[in-house]
Amino acid sequence: MTEFFTTTYLGIFLLTLGQVLLVVVPLLVALAFLLYADRKIWAAVQLRRGPNVVGTFGLLQSFADFIKYIVKEIVYPAGADKVVFLLAPMISLVMAVIAWAVIPFNDGWVVSDINVAILYVFAVSSLEVYGVIMGGWASNSKYPFLGSLRSAAQMISYEVSIGLIIIGIIISTGSMNFGDIVRAQDGAYGIFSWYWLPHFPMLFLFLISAMAETNRPPFDLPEAESELVAGYQVEYSSTPFLLFMIGEYVAIVLMCALVSVLFLGGWLSPIPGLPDGIVWMLAKICLVFFVFSMVKAIAPRYRYDQLMRIGWKVFLPMSLIWVVLVAFFAKFELFGGAYARWAIGG
Amino acid sequence: MTVAAIAFYLFAICVIAGGLFTVISRNPVHSVLWLILAFLSSAGLFVLLGAEFVAMLLIIVYVGAVAVLFLFVVMMLDVDFAELKGSMAQYMPLALLIGVVLLMQLGMVFGVWEASEQAEALRAAVTPTDVQNTAALGVIIYDQYFLLFQLAGLILLVAMIGAIVLTLRHRKDIKRQNVLEQMWRDPAKSMELKDIKPGQGL
Repeated sequence: MTEFFTTTYLGIFLLTLGQVLLVVVPLLVALAFLLYADRKIWAAVQLRRGPNVVGTFGLLQSFADFIKYIVKEIVYPAGADKVVFLLAPMISLVMAVIAWAVIPFNDGWVVSDINVAILYVFAVSSLEVYGVIMGGWASNSKYPFLGSLRSAAQMISYEVSIGLIIIGIIISTGSMNFGDIVRAQDGAYGIFSWYWLPHFPMLFLFLISAMAETNRPPFDLPEAESELVAGYQVEYSSTPFLLFMIGEYVAIVLMCALVSVLFLGGWLSPIPGLPDGIVWMLAKICLVFFVFSMVKAIAPRYRYDQLMRIGWKVFLPMSLIWVVLVAFFAKFELFGGAYARWAIGG
Repeated sequence: MTVAAIAFYLFAICVIAGGLFTVISRNPVHSVLWLILAFLSSAGLFVLLGAEFVAMLLIIVYVGAVAVLFLFVVMMLDVDFAELKGSMAQYMPLALLIGVVLLMQLGMVFGVWEASEQAEALRAAVTPTDVQNTAALGVIIYDQYFLLFQLAGLILLVAMIGAIVLTLRHRKDIKRQNVLEQMWRDPAKSMELKDIKPGQGL
């Protein structure tokens, strides 16, 4: 039986398909509850009740919304480029979901254990911008177009600093495989062996850049409702809108997973002695998502020129200097080799 | 036919189709989208060759940044394409001439195509089996050809400075904001609170 799954084409195909479903289905179900949690946290900060009607405590609200979206009619704006108009939300969702192929949930629990995993995620997340640009352009409408132009500039700007932060991690680990990166954070001091301590300032830079990259408030300028109605999504209704929505949230949860793998030790337990496992990974994703929700609830939206200034004039120089510093620390193995963990990881 | 062969033909067909439609599609935005398909498929070809690092760089640099800027510019273009197409017949003979010359050159090159005897050995030498090809590439670029790499970087730097010099204009007649000054403003110095009695005014 094992032979069938490891040697024949059909077996490998079925095995991979099973693994993919094992990641995607729980992810999408969890997403429904994360969306609910997001709204609840937002409501709690603003002293509102939030969704509380559908199901106990409103737990089924996301599923009610889901059904509502798919039974509505799709409206095409006049003069819209229909193919691109429908392609955009699909790209948005597919790009967000395929990046999960390389995220490890436990030691060895990963769909595709490739050498350049971190570059793969970076490449796929840089493709996400196409969903937004194409959606805005194909709608043949002014607000969506403005939204998509803003989004293109914003996502490209913040990708640069995300890339440089990732380089710092790669230098410390000596590998681009997520498994190696997490194993390099395994140490005698539990939570204090993880990368958040040696790479401390970059944790915050990465969190903020991730928010800007996923168009999350306070950087949700592509869909700023007070100025652009809803940006690139204005003309979308029904299932295409749902795809955009799911794509956006999957990308956000992916960023949470990235933060927990790169800085918070992935599946490693924070206290030495406790067993490592998938529970820690999921707990860390939820923790980072909670931070994202709180920021959304608390911080006011940035102005567009402030957003660009902070991206190019603050984050880019800071992360560039950090890369040079980390390379220096790693080369001369300063701070007890905290920056040079090639022996443990790669 | 193995899976790798099927994947190769799939990617190859996508590259060629993408390139073809980039040229013949009527809408320039569609052209850029086809170009992106061609880029992505060639990244797939690199993966099949075992050069996953180059493939990812191709996607990050060309699809993630360059093509986005293309799309950005092409969307903003306000060109009447019917008019452009109308004057196409005028330039057709010249274009055909250039096309024929290029085709002949390609044909001549192909006619005298010769691979070096050591080509096979050289190809095997740069893809070592015991290190990942990212590390192997790093050794080649940063150790063996370090000076050439620096020189390439210098050329890019010059190009960048040139672009900045050409486009940077200091306009004196517009209002600018000084962000640091704004951030360090002190409420005590810039505001004055007055206690106004009812019915009196200031």
